[in-house]
Amino acid sequence: MAIIKIFGIVAGSFFIFGLIGIMSGWFDRKLTARIQWRVGPPWWQNFADFIKLTGKETVIPEGANQFLFLAAPVAGIVATVVTGAILISGSFFYPLKWDLIIIIYLLMIPSISIVIAGASSGNVLASVGAGRELKLFLSYELPFILALLVPVVKFGTTEVAEIVKLQHIYRINLGYLSGFIAFFVGIIAFMGKIGYVPFDVSEAETELAAGTIVEYSGLSLALFKLMKWILLSVGISFFVIYFMGGFSNPVVGILKYILVLILIVLIKNTNPRLRIDQILKFSWGWLTMFGLFAIVLAALGC
Amino acid sequence: MVLSLRKKALKKSLFVFHLSTGSCNNCDIEILDCLTPRFDIERFGITLAGSVKHADVLLVTGIGTLKNIERVKKLYQQMPKPGFVVAIGSCACTGGMFRDGYTMAGPLDKIIPVDVYIPGCPPKPEAMIAGIVKLLNSIK
Repeated sequence: MAIIKIFGIVAGSFFIFGLIGIMSGWFDRKLTARIQWRVGPPWWQNFADFIKLTGKETVIPEGANQFLFLAAPVAGIVATVVTGAILISGSFFYPLKWDLIIIIYLLMIPSISIVIAGASSGNVLASVGAGRELKLFLSYELPFILALLVPVVKFGTTEVAEIVKLQHIYRINLGYLSGFIAFFVGIIAFMGKIGYVPFDVSEAETELAAGTIVEYSGLSLALFKLMKWILLSVGISFFVIYFMGGFSNPVVGILKYILVLILIVLIKNTNPRLRIDQILKFSWGWLTMFGLFAIVLAALGC
Repeated sequence: MVLSLRKKALKKSLFVFHLSTGSCNNCDIEILDCLTPRFDIERFGITLAGSVKHADVLLVTGIGTLKNIERVKKLYQQMPKPGFVVAIGSCACTGGMFRDGYTMAGPLDKIIPVDVYIPGCPPKPEAMIAGIVKLLNSIK
């Protein structure tokens, strides 16, 4: 019975986070259009894109490693969906003692799948993109983990459900100075994870055509887009649960989700693309410094 | 049913790849005009794709010079099907004032099959949108 339940949780996670992610992707496009004084696409635009891409021919380039080329997006989707399933099951069904560590590991897999996708394409632009993605991965992962460590230091547990409970007893993490700093460090590092604009060097459309995903077409491209959308919704939900007290009140929870999404889109639309050396300097300098500062504050109890 | 849904989706979300085969860049500038706030073709789901592998429509400008025909053929073959070709500007449609030039390798339809012709030097963004609407109506 437990297996059927777990399967149900994973399938539910796929549908819930898939739908929320597609709508979040549309919200991002619409808000971007409004910021640029345009009208923007209608609400079903991302569904139309996805359905169209599943109906197109999938071209596999001659120099590519076929297995890795097709497996990379699937691995990314599986990792993001399992992260979502752990978030759901941790809050409702099976609380795990170490689920924060598992989530940190699982959230690394999409970036690695992008690197594998670029490296297995057999295209020059894609391999340049893969190299950049690898450097990007190295640069944002340290501040991301530091930001997630702050509540652990404060509450002394690595169980996400326990942290949510403690936030309801005391104060939400965002209410503390340390949590506030960690939230922003985490959000900026997360924007590197999904490759949004200040950190989109690996996919830079104007320099590298489409970077790591240049050779993808048809269904495999659709899976990559779906992976990005699911990663967006899972990541934002994780931030809402981890720093803002979770979805215990659904209406307020959805408002929190939209607030974080708006914050991400605003950062995306008001910053130009950084070079890879600037990103490395920024994240190992400022972001890491603020992350360490937040950990010290958390240890002092602020 | 799935097929008709996919066709509907294709009509609502065209990814456009834009290729210059020896044009004077005026048509290219006018293509980019379609993306500006005044015309905003993203309303209809049309976006510029960075790579031809993502594209549904190949927008070709320019006469198609001797050096370019190989690349045009390759890009047409690389475009995942179903895909469409739109010839933009007088040069791509007929050769225009360069029809007797020594680098002329024929107007575009001598090189690859063309679905829609949009004449003009350069065509206005309104004309391009009208051409794309004709393309959408021709998808059966």
